[in-house]
Amino acid sequence: MLKTRIIPCLDVDDGRVVKGINFVSLKDAGDPVEQATIYSKEGADEITFLDITATHQKRKPMIEVIKKTAANCFVPLTVGGGIRDVKGMTEFLNAGADKVSINSAAIKNPYLIQEGSVKFGNQCIVVAIDAKKKSNGWNVFINGGRVDTGIDAIKWAKKAESLGAGEILLTSMDQDGTKNGFDIELTSTISNSLKIPVIASGGVGSLEHFLTGIKNGGASAVLAASVFHFKEITITEVKKYLKSNGVEVRIDNFIKNQYD
Amino acid sequence: MKETLIIDYGSGNIRSVFNALNEVSHDKNIKIKVTSSANHLKHASHIILPGVGSFESCIRGLEKSGLKEQLIENVIEKRKPFLGICVGMQMLATKGYEKGEFPGLNWIRGEVKKIQTPNKNLKIPHMGWNSLKFLKRNKFINKLLEKIKFSNVDEICAYFVHSYNFNLKNEEEKILSTNHGEEITAMVSNKNIIGTQFHPEKSHYFGLAFLETFLEDWDF
Repeated sequence: MLKTRIIPCLDVDDGRVVKGINFVSLKDAGDPVEQATIYSKEGADEITFLDITATHQKRKPMIEVIKKTAANCFVPLTVGGGIRDVKGMTEFLNAGADKVSINSAAIKNPYLIQEGSVKFGNQCIVVAIDAKKKSNGWNVFINGGRVDTGIDAIKWAKKAESLGAGEILLTSMDQDGTKNGFDIELTSTISNSLKIPVIASGGVGSLEHFLTGIKNGGASAVLAASVFHFKEITITEVKKYLKSNGVEVRIDNFIKNQYD
Repeated sequence: MKETLIIDYGSGNIRSVFNALNEVSHDKNIKIKVTSSANHLKHASHIILPGVGSFESCIRGLEKSGLKEQLIENVIEKRKPFLGICVGMQMLATKGYEKGEFPGLNWIRGEVKKIQTPNKNLKIPHMGWNSLKFLKRNKFINKLLEKIKFSNVDEICAYFVHSYNFNLKNEEEKILSTNHGEEITAMVSNKNIIGTQFHPEKSHYFGLAFLETFLEDWDF
């Protein structure tokens, strides 16, 4: 049976891991290559890098981070942040990323999803949605959560799917950084509207939160950043807890051999 | 010195396959090379055909570059160890039904068809880690299991990303399977030819052990 994926996310700024609270006030959390290697040994099912303040001048350190990580971690690697066009996707993929995540650029030009999925395959294109609650549903925000597009998150997710997105990385801006748990209503609404997998993100603070995100939110994968960085919860703990609560997870990272 | 060739015919990401092979070959006197030139195949000891994208675009890529003829000569006639990954495995089929009907290499008989999931909750693409069922214990598999020394084979997982399944004509050639609403072919094998639907280069320790086994003499 297909396993629920546990994905640590590393927010990278100028080649260093940082983690913000509610999308601001950054705190340094270390070397991304080293972190990613530790995570893959602990059993991370994928690794996600978000280049959070990506401007063109700062692209180079990120490319180096991807190259080094891809040579050391043999699990799928997703990279996002600052991708504006197919050329930007190609740069990250050639460096060793397996998937690219696009957000603001997809809102500005939805056909970028189509263009990317035709060129690299649907599995390669992750559409990241930052959603914030309004009186009736959720709106999509762009530019790192700074700009309200006024677009309905459910409609946008469906459109992204129809244009060829392989999965949706869904972040609740209301929950992000709060450690109060995923937005279950948002996650389940989007997941039930789509055929493609949804990765729940934003707000995880305890082991129970992972479980509810999967069981009640219907997420195919759960993503977290600070709880892993600051070692409040380890990936091994999450997997043991989920398994004891009836969720199928991969635990064969305990295979010991000469690669360890 | 042995030379393992990764065929680059313009489909998808070759680097992750290269990285993983590099990791398991550095103390083995094996050179890993990426090539798009058909001529290089004659010097190779092992051949790897990756594949990302649609069945049709991958088959066209092979045909355009003249690689198909060289592949037939080196894999079918000279019987060099061959590994096809993902669409690289699907292309071994008789026919593929992705966005039309297209002939494959017909090295392993069968058809590649869209995964049918009666269960609405199962997502397509089949994306992520899934547990492997060991259907056959051939020499390759025995050597692989010896290498990973993991007692519980029911728990061994590999990383999959695909929407199409290789339905084999001859079940004997199906070595590993997994499940996603229907039985999914995970590994096929016939003599010197191996194909995996999963991505060994992305399947962590198990995947590295798989690739290392392929590089060694596994006596087909």
